[in-house]
Amino acid sequence: MLEYEKNIRFKVNNREYAVAVSADESLAFVLREKLGLTGTKITCEKGECGACTVLLDGRAVDSCLVLAPDIDGCEVLTIEGLADDKGLDALQEAFIEEGAVQCGFCTPGMIMSAKGLLLENPDPSEGQIKKALEGNLCRCTGYYSIVRAVRSAAKTIREQASEAK
Amino acid sequence: MSHKVIGKSELRARVIDKVTGVQKYAHDRKIHGMLYAKLLRSEHARAKILSIDVSETLKLYGVVAVVRGEDIEKPMPRFGSVAQDQPLLADGEVKYHGEPVAAVVAQTYEIAEAALKTIKVEYAPQPSVCTVEEALNQDIPPVNGGESNVFRQFDFGWGDVEEAEKQSHYVLRDTYCYPMIFHFPIENYSCLAAPEDGGVVLYSPIQHPHLLRRVVADCLKLPFSKVRVIGEEIGGAFGGKGYAKAEPLAAYLALKLRTPVKIAMDMDEGFFMARRLAARVDITTGFDENAHITFQNIIADYLIGAYADAAPRVVQKAGYLSGGPYRTPHAKMIARAIHSNTVSSTAFRGFGMPQLVWAFEQQMNQAALHFGMDTLEIRRRNLPYKGETLVPGDIPVDGDWHEVLDKAAKLLDWGKKQKPGQGKSLAVGIKTGIPNSTSNAIVKLHSDGSVTVNAATAEMGQGARTVFAQIAAEKLCVPYQLVSVILSDTGAAPYDTSTAGSRSTVSMGTAVEKACEDVLLQVKELAADLAGMDIESIEVNEGVIRAGEREMTYSQLVQGTYGPNQGDIVGRGQFRGDNTKGHLLGGMADFYEFIIVGAAVTVDEKTGKIDVDKLVSASDIGKVMNHLQAKGQEEGGMIMGLGQAMMECMRYDPATGRLLNGNPLDYCVPTAMDISDEVAGVLIENADGPGPFGSKGMGEGPAIPVGPAVGGAVFDATGVMLRELPITSEKLFFALKDRDKNKSVS
Ligand code: FES
Ligand code: FES
Repeated sequence: MLEYEKNIRFKVNNREYAVAVSADESLAFVLREKLGLTGTKITCEKGECGACTVLLDGRAVDSCLVLAPDIDGCEVLTIEGLADDKGLDALQEAFIEEGAVQCGFCTPGMIMSAKGLLLENPDPSEGQIKKALEGNLCRCTGYYSIVRAVRSAAKTIREQASEAK
Repeated sequence: MSHKVIGKSELRARVIDKVTGVQKYAHDRKIHGMLYAKLLRSEHARAKILSIDVSETLKLYGVVAVVRGEDIEKPMPRFGSVAQDQPLLADGEVKYHGEPVAAVVAQTYEIAEAALKTIKVEYAPQPSVCTVEEALNQDIPPVNGGESNVFRQFDFGWGDVEEAEKQSHYVLRDTYCYPMIFHFPIENYSCLAAPEDGGVVLYSPIQHPHLLRRVVADCLKLPFSKVRVIGEEIGGAFGGKGYAKAEPLAAYLALKLRTPVKIAMDMDEGFFMARRLAARVDITTGFDENAHITFQNIIADYLIGAYADAAPRVVQKAGYLSGGPYRTPHAKMIARAIHSNTVSSTAFRGFGMPQLVWAFEQQMNQAALHFGMDTLEIRRRNLPYKGETLVPGDIPVDGDWHEVLDKAAKLLDWGKKQKPGQGKSLAVGIKTGIPNSTSNAIVKLHSDGSVTVNAATAEMGQGARTVFAQIAAEKLCVPYQLVSVILSDTGAAPYDTSTAGSRSTVSMGTAVEKACEDVLLQVKELAADLAGMDIESIEVNEGVIRAGEREMTYSQLVQGTYGPNQGDIVGRGQFRGDNTKGHLLGGMADFYEFIIVGAAVTVDEKTGKIDVDKLVSASDIGKVMNHLQAKGQEEGGMIMGLGQAMMECMRYDPATGRLLNGNPLDYCVPTAMDISDEVAGVLIENADGPGPFGSKGMGEGPAIPVGPAVGGAVFDATGVMLRELPITSEKLFFALKDRDKNKSVS
């Protein structure tokens, strides 16, 4: 069934990995099944739901649509790598504060999409937030709290940045 | 009374796990030696199976077994909570598009999936039915044999509707339709079964673990004690994960192959698991000259699908309340559960009520126009006051529903002038809690003073775990962070009816509260023993035990009694719902779930495009247990309702009976772009509920009346009355054209 295997090296959450992947495997599959990083969720496997969103070289992507052989040499950030020794990321904090988590199944993808947005645009309008999260489905929250969380995290991050100056 | 923990926005239990990717769900679980099963599904709505050829499949590398209906010992084991009618695999015939006909068990998911393509099935297609009209047509043989497709009929009512009709000043008869809706949980369906001790352990994202245990045990002829259900943290359920789906088959395969077997569905397969009942509601409402309702006469025909699942119960319970939320002197209600060659239907947030609310609230909007009356005023005139009878023989109105109405109207700026194209409406949502139910809980006070709660409620995002921890923390005066809540393991938690009907705060919450009281009683007994005093002289206050001069912490008491680092104090608590003899539903409701939702819209008359500018809700919930979570239920419920109001609908091909849009691309649910610009809500707390601290059930409510709120707002904006959901722009566009044509004719 497997056409070929390729050895790839890439970084996930700042850690180096070397794995053999086959041509038809997705990044989502490699993360979950080969690296055991199950924080990244899989639902539709068609790029429709956003549950599998990770950052690939700093940009939010549906990891179910990224072919594993193509990530050789890339840097991936998943939900597991967002918090560091200093604590949770501002987005994680804001999602908790605003009640933007219910069942939590969409949450990793949602937070990673939002992270991608804030890296590109630190001060997004409400409309821009909604647009950026359009590909991430949540059946629980009704999105209002998620939009509030992203706004509030953006503000926190901007404030922290200006304090640091 | 002021509370320390209750009513506060305490951190959602396990929320840190959820934002860091630590939280595990069913599809993350693996057991050594586990095999994967994938199901081959019928391409036909209805057909005889002539043959299934698996000779090629068995030759494939990695395929361990292929099981067809004919390979299973007869009589075919069947399962179901209401009727034991679903075969493990199709038994010579298929009754809906998507019905499982064979299972491939393989070493990996991918091998199993690829192997499905090598199975050759020969079918002889039969004529099928997929609408209420077709199902009631006698020309096509009934789906499950017998006389007709009407599986159950429920008759309710009081007074004399015929006489009331004669006396009425205005009688409005109309028909309203509600489509099939998919729950669309973001977590796909899956389950894992492992053989153990002559029985089976099932890991499943299941709402009702004890019910699943019973259904699997009955199906496979095992004692309850040999079926252990471990309910996983659920990634969204909404009623869809309440009842057995693939679990009986997974258990069967695990026992047969003597190894763990996982059945993991992809998202499209979810559409073949469960759905909301479609309904056609024929309603006649009478009014006197002052716009007071004189009677309701309703025939609600629910299309339930090929097998019963929980649908008959949905039809019965909703039919019971189909008189609606208004004072109704005379009522006659018939509710029918009708089989069809479509996926089976089940509970779904609102349990049959959204279909009825759509009808009786659109009736109110039409009647208001007839009387030249404000739509708020006609509702005000008809809503009963607290203490009035709603359904004879059941609990009286248990909340201040007029306060709810007024607060919702205020949030929607009622009476404020609107621009052309704008419209607004309120709609009432109502349902009853589950009658005659039982919940049990165990609370353990450990020797270090921390606490564990055991209960069989499922956590699916609604926040039960958090609320139980809050209740225990409040009752025992221990810090919230020291309470852990272990849910959904039938091997550890005592019996619970279900995680459904917005019941868990009231029912399991009461059980937890009582278990805490049991702990406190034992604390006093043990302290009395230790101090050699009467139990009456022991005081427990704020987590400190006073025995005369002596003061002790819980930890000191437990260790003083059982020895250093030893012992637990184990409390038990139970909730029992009413079980009045002869009651049509087995008992009176524990509470009414009552909500009003309002919508403000702007319609573009040229295109039919509808912008929802604002959504509001006001809910009578007795007591807010956790503010952030309660607000989350309100907002999330309204958007789930908005999807059903404006975009969602499972479409079947009338020619073939095949599901046309069973995938996330063709079946649209709301995204962040679809929500209203503004949202507002108020939670009404009069501490008049039967649950802990005066709470009532909540959570389903906001999803119930969004259809008529939007429908009423569109009616207000355009004068167009739509009778079938969803209200799409396309539908409205053509309805506006019709309206203008009729205008120019008249
Ligand atoms: S699983 Fe990747 S977008 Fe849905
Ligand atoms: S929190 Fe459940 S899907 Fe978003």
